[in-house]
Amino acid sequence: MPKDHGIGASPKRREDVRFLSGTGNYTDDINLRGQAYVHFLRSDVAHGRINGIDTAAAAAMPGVLRIFTGADFEGVGGLPCGWQVTDKHGQPMQEPGHPVLAQGKVRHVGDPIAAVVAETAAQARDAAEAIELDIEELPAVVDMKAALQEGAPKVHDDLTSNLCYDWGFVEENKGAVEEAFQKAAHVTTLELINNRLVANPMEPRVAVGDFNRASGDSTLYTTSQNPHVIRLLMGAFVLGIPEHKLRVVAPDVGGGFGTKIFHYAEEAFCTFAAKALNRPVKWTASRSEAFISDAHGRDHVTKIQLALDADNNFTALRTDTYANMGAYLSTFAPSVPTWLHGTLMAGNYRTPLIYVNVKAVFTNTVPVDAYRGAGRPEATYQLERVIDKAARELGVDPIALRRQNFITEFPYATPVAVEYDTGDYNATMDKLEEIGDLAGFAARRRESEARGMLRGLGVNCYIEACGIAPSNLVGQLGARAGLYESATVRVNATGGLVVMTGSHSHGQGHETSFPQVIAEMIGIDESMVEIVHGDTANTPMGMGTYGSRSLAVGGSAMVRATEKIIAKAKKIAAHLMEAAEADIELKDGAFSVAGTDKSVAWGDVCLAAYVPHNYPLEEIEPGLEETAFYDPSNFTYPAGAYACEVEVDPETGKVTIERFAAADDFGNVVNPMIVSGQVHGGLAQGIGQALLEGAVYDENGQLLNASYMDYAMPRASDVPFYTVDHSCVTPCTHNPLGVKGCGEAGAIGSPPAVVNAVVDALQSAGRDVTHIDMPLSPSRVWQAMHG
Amino acid sequence: MYNFEFERPASLADAVAALGAEEAQALGGGQTLIPTLKQRLASPAKLVSLTGIAEMQGVSAAGSSVTIGGATTHATVAAEAAGAYPALAALAGNIGDPAVRNRGTIGGSLANNDPSACYPAAALGSGATIVTNAREIAADDYFQGMFTTALDEGEIITEVRFPVPEAASYQKFEQPASRFALVGVFAAKYADGVRVAVTGASEEGVFRWSEAEAALNHDFRTDALMDLDINPANMIGDMHGSKAYRAHLVKVMTKRAVAAML
Repeated sequence: MPKDHGIGASPKRREDVRFLSGTGNYTDDINLRGQAYVHFLRSDVAHGRINGIDTAAAAAMPGVLRIFTGADFEGVGGLPCGWQVTDKHGQPMQEPGHPVLAQGKVRHVGDPIAAVVAETAAQARDAAEAIELDIEELPAVVDMKAALQEGAPKVHDDLTSNLCYDWGFVEENKGAVEEAFQKAAHVTTLELINNRLVANPMEPRVAVGDFNRASGDSTLYTTSQNPHVIRLLMGAFVLGIPEHKLRVVAPDVGGGFGTKIFHYAEEAFCTFAAKALNRPVKWTASRSEAFISDAHGRDHVTKIQLALDADNNFTALRTDTYANMGAYLSTFAPSVPTWLHGTLMAGNYRTPLIYVNVKAVFTNTVPVDAYRGAGRPEATYQLERVIDKAARELGVDPIALRRQNFITEFPYATPVAVEYDTGDYNATMDKLEEIGDLAGFAARRRESEARGMLRGLGVNCYIEACGIAPSNLVGQLGARAGLYESATVRVNATGGLVVMTGSHSHGQGHETSFPQVIAEMIGIDESMVEIVHGDTANTPMGMGTYGSRSLAVGGSAMVRATEKIIAKAKKIAAHLMEAAEADIELKDGAFSVAGTDKSVAWGDVCLAAYVPHNYPLEEIEPGLEETAFYDPSNFTYPAGAYACEVEVDPETGKVTIERFAAADDFGNVVNPMIVSGQVHGGLAQGIGQALLEGAVYDENGQLLNASYMDYAMPRASDVPFYTVDHSCVTPCTHNPLGVKGCGEAGAIGSPPAVVNAVVDALQSAGRDVTHIDMPLSPSRVWQAMHG
Repeated sequence: MYNFEFERPASLADAVAALGAEEAQALGGGQTLIPTLKQRLASPAKLVSLTGIAEMQGVSAAGSSVTIGGATTHATVAAEAAGAYPALAALAGNIGDPAVRNRGTIGGSLANNDPSACYPAAALGSGATIVTNAREIAADDYFQGMFTTALDEGEIITEVRFPVPEAASYQKFEQPASRFALVGVFAAKYADGVRVAVTGASEEGVFRWSEAEAALNHDFRTDALMDLDINPANMIGDMHGSKAYRAHLVKVMTKRAVAAML
């Protein structure tokens, strides 16, 4: 019998009432008195020298308040990068400046050159068209390998080359890995591209800057996944505003998927301009603008090699990856192809020796940063594709080859620096075989073939590192921030609770699932708990939501704060019942004295805390409010096994996903319905990457598919009804809830399943196709079949 | 978008008069024009909406033809032509999404003549007559290349007359992002012969595949197409498909259209 409340129940999402009834409060819904509007004039060339910007005619146009250019930001800091990677020689990465508005050069199509602030958005746009630019177009570098050639045009003139860093991991393993490859009985090699994606959250980015002349306080309303991080980065590094004079509010946010983690120029601009003009300044991105100004994701070019011994045991793995940084370093860009990617290359397998090389490259393209999964999808894709290829080359069953090499004992220290605390990869594979009815595949393939269609089955595993992260560890790895999370639990006099968290909900359902945890701990109804988030003025310093960390890290902070609340409440209850504190038990929302029938209700204890007439004032303070900061001791390691079944139309190359099964181990699950929804969304994005999506630049650095006419987002009819299961549970051993995180799994685990399935389908028809790069559009599949 | 004047006349005569103004532009359902205006890629001084003219609305069937008012939406055609000309109704019912189908009009689509639109294939494949405020134009004379038609400045498509075939089928292979036709083939069998019109594929817009028509007139079976190939030279080649792929799809979609009619 499923629970109907508390941890493990699936109450409907309370936030959906406002989201589905049009009563949400998104940043674009915020309109302040006297608000002006900014329009950014963006570069339409990928690389050029700015010889002149004539704003005279534009400044005289109706409604124009002021036109800003890079010169106005010369005394202002640039956008900072939050992670410094050290290269294989121990040198820090090359770190270029990133001005709020372009200075000297433009470096990608979409780079902001000037900002027009006017009374209306239309007037700002009209005036922007009247700005006369003198830009000398320079040759662009788009292809990463070409960008590293001697004599290639430099994106940043003050750097020695377009190489950001050349990272080796683990450098000390390199020799042993080479040796293992020389001894290998079999080596499988695969070259592949992890396609560049545009996140495309439904809500485009918006920023509203405000300045209070009387108090000197600045406020930024923004579409962010982590308002405290924006406050820290923008306040400390760009504009020089201390935290107590700067408030950042991220109200309802319509999807982030990573692309709203980062601090963007438009946020700094609106905050800066509001003060300069003493008026609120608003910017709302158009969808076209989003394509050329939101950080993109992925964009790796990789060669991976797997060595096996004569018994098909994995003996070594090595990879060479080129990772596109784009034109500037976005906030966490350097960490994605390194610490979020190299550390996952062991996957679910006992490969004893691993060496990962990553060259991060500047190009004249939109900056690339974390996108749902961030590094882990790139790791999983190449690993699970090369294993599939190895199984085919060796003529062994791909599931059996995986099972043979699974890690089965925990904790397990990988050769790439992380320690998996728990897991049971055979259990999720067993579950997958059951829920995916893999035994029935052969019959389904015959049925497809009878209709002239090719059917393929693709299976793979994944592991991810979530719950980012132990602060002391990431500090050693180059993070310029801590990665704890915070919660303040405020109990009101009549027993209701408000929880102020640094985690941010932008679709994850925190307002529903977090109260389930607290209600369970106290034994009260979930409706007595309210979650407050997204405003630096009324929540404790937090690091925000990404990397599937909110429940594992933010939820743990909430548990710690609630534990403090319960400990104090027990003292009060002991006083009220004239009993020893050690004898007090809390159950079903009442405190009782063990072994007696004495009891006092939760609400009465709360009331006593705020109306302390009968209260141990000499021992404890009145009130019932506690804050906790939680810093995890390790990552969490969700893992699972996915199966995709496709049909390929041999005449057209069109791929249809017929079945998709996902068996995940997320540790303990608070709200199974929300978890299923998270997996569904991740799968849709992973299938989107595998079949549909992919930013295409031409050689001049123009983004060719910068609209939905050419950039294919997955629609409902592109995805099947999923079969998902998260009943395989190995609880995380190091956080109080035993949870691991579920937000990114679907997007990490699904691309290799889709590609493995298509290759399987083509091979079933005798086609000698071992790999097709994503997206597997009909034309690419057809080309591969007829190549 | 830039500012413009807006008129919504109630009669054809008023619409023609309004379109006589300097830099005036007719507005059908706006499914191409409005996004173009929002991108600031066009700046007409005046938009003349054709959606308020009663005589340009609706579907009527008489004898062996179906007549559709120029301002009739795709959704209306999908619903009201289903009995008289099912292949045409099915085509209309699969253009874009419900929002597009409830705004977009047949006249707007044919006047724009997007090389990947569906309706041009139906009009050419049916040998339809494009009726304007000034004259009647045979489909064979109407389509003159990508975004180019026989329409004069200010000329309005008032209705489109489709002769109803013995059998017809439209097979559309969708471009994954826009869901316009990457290749669409409309085949129709009339007493006096088979017509095969192809959209989405050619750099010159919708065209008749005369070799396929000849082969099918000789032998109306899919096997009749077996040895035919279309020259990829004039096909569109882009990120969604090479010239060779489109040429291949023309044949596959034609075969499927014929199979659906047998």
